Amino acid sequence: MLTDNEMKELEIFATKIRIETLKELGYLGFGHIGGAMSIVELLAVLYGKVMRYDPKNPKWEDRDWFVMSKGHAGPSLYATLALKGFFPMEWLKTLNRGGTDLPSHADRNHTPGIDMSTGSLGQGISMGIGIALGHKMDNKENYVYVLLGDGECQEGQVWEGALFAGNAGLDNLIVFIDYNKQQLDGYIDNINPLGDLRKKWEEFGWHAQDVDGHNVMQIHEAIQRAKETKGKSSVIVLHTIKGKGCTFAEGIELNHHMKFNEEQINDAISALQKEWEEKERDLR
Amino acid sequence: MIKLVEKRKPDTVMMRDVYIDQLIEFAKSDPNIIVLDADLMHSNGTYRFLEKFPERAINVGVQEANMMGIAAGLSATGKIPFTHTFACFSTRRALDQVYISIAYNKLNVKMMATDPGVTAAYNGGTHMPLEDIGFVRGIPTITIIEPVDTVMMKALLKDITYSYGPFYVRISRKTTIRVFEEGSSFEIGKGIVLREGKDVTIIATGIMVAEALDAADLLASEGIDARVVNIFTIKPIDRELIEKCASETGAIVTAENHNIYNGLGSAVAEVVAETCPVPIERVGVKDLFGEVGDVDYLKKRFNMTAQDIAASVKNVLLRK
Ligand SMILES: Cc1ncc(C[n+]2csc(CCOP(=O)(O)OP(=O)(O)O)c2C)c(N)n1
Repeated sequence: MLTDNEMKELEIFATKIRIETLKELGYLGFGHIGGAMSIVELLAVLYGKVMRYDPKNPKWEDRDWFVMSKGHAGPSLYATLALKGFFPMEWLKTLNRGGTDLPSHADRNHTPGIDMSTGSLGQGISMGIGIALGHKMDNKENYVYVLLGDGECQEGQVWEGALFAGNAGLDNLIVFIDYNKQQLDGYIDNINPLGDLRKKWEEFGWHAQDVDGHNVMQIHEAIQRAKETKGKSSVIVLHTIKGKGCTFAEGIELNHHMKFNEEQINDAISALQKEWEEKERDLR
Repeated sequence: MIKLVEKRKPDTVMMRDVYIDQLIEFAKSDPNIIVLDADLMHSNGTYRFLEKFPERAINVGVQEANMMGIAAGLSATGKIPFTHTFACFSTRRALDQVYISIAYNKLNVKMMATDPGVTAAYNGGTHMPLEDIGFVRGIPTITIIEPVDTVMMKALLKDITYSYGPFYVRISRKTTIRVFEEGSSFEIGKGIVLREGKDVTIIATGIMVAEALDAADLLASEGIDARVVNIFTIKPIDRELIEKCASETGAIVTAENHNIYNGLGSAVAEVVAETCPVPIERVGVKDLFGEVGDVDYLKKRFNMTAQDIAASVKNVLLRK
């Protein structure tokens, strides 16, 4: 269980990630805002509390691994990694520019802290399984965290992975699904609905949980329960809102990839700054 | 018959829009035309077909392999399915379905593969198809088309729709440089001489055609008389025209928005080697992965500009 203060600190960290993500995307004027914003509480819990890592030694043997299968959410992951010191904050200004080390989609060849390159949806779960298997073979205790998009779960490969890992009993593998109910073309329920993901994964032999994906306490507790479950892989379905916390993106159907101007970015940032200040006051 | 625009500049309309408008026109009188997309309707512009014909537009979600298989099945019942997704996913993510379900079964699926080569731009390395022509060229029966501009795209669509058999069309989503005047007509399988010349032939495809024409202008100012040919049907390729150019100009430079392996350059080199061996240089991506950036940056990064073509011409002339 997180203490009250720990919880508030993580919430503040989440707000900081959102602000830096907005600045980073703001320099460019367009990008994958919706899916970057919906995963921020998860990033805050993973990098603020749960994961073992060393920003000065991103390839540290005993680290936990993170495979962000929905690679287009790069911007908020980069903001998180920069805030944690994996690389200078200045890099965030170079997102997507020719020659950058922060490409739109997460890329292990470029960015310290990125364990696997992703962008073609559906592939992260299999790579995560391979990493988990490799660690088991070496009797190592590193955890592998994989983040899938909900639209991504329409890919057959996701279910090949679910079946395989469900049978392999890899308890060092924890998968998150960002169930924000939206994909590129709008609401999933209007395109190819996923139904009750928790039940589906349970059927595939996983330890499965539903949580509020914007509640750091719930995410943290779910990860603890996942770790306590031996002999099974775990999936945590994060019920989230696409574009969460971004004034011009939240609640919009087509908020997958947007263009935005300085004013929109500034308004969104000041709303978040206010939130931050309130939380800081609360902390004291 | 073709006519070139006097001054080449970026088009005012996007290729995806010109394409889908024309398809909507055909679909008004042809209920067999079906549009499939894999959660990229708003990127590919196919949502406009969905608005007009909701019962004939299927957004399968993020599942390209399934989409190709469904298209094959629809075709088996007499429909004319058009699949849409980025070129990288049309091939890499669904190649066995393209091969077996569609081609091997001799079905009639039109694969519209968007964002070819460096036009994948800001989506970066994972999304940049620099090898898709190679994948598809190795599959018997698939016709590969790479339209140069909106005029060509629109003009070719009728033949693409009504020539039975699988097509792979490498289509830009956004604006391209306008090369052809409205009213130009094109024949699938036939290359086009865009500019006469006797010293060397530059054979180009897709977005590289405008670069090739610019290169010919640069070279002319230095006294080099370059012929420029557009091969927009990469398979089956116009062997006759390539042989003729090789024998008449004695040197060839190819220019493509693709890896120089397995694309236009390789296809041309095969024909030249078999019919009339002359020196060749290939302009394109030199066996590298793609990266993120705008199209201009990427063209420079991969040595795909008019200047690069002109430099290759000079190199090839030394070997003539
Ligand atoms: C294999 C593959 N197909 C298509 C795409 C294009 N694409 C990028 S993101 C996206 C929508 C993904 O939706 P979801 O997984 O729900 O992501 P989120 O809403 O969390 O951003 C699509 C279709 C891709 N990157 N990879």
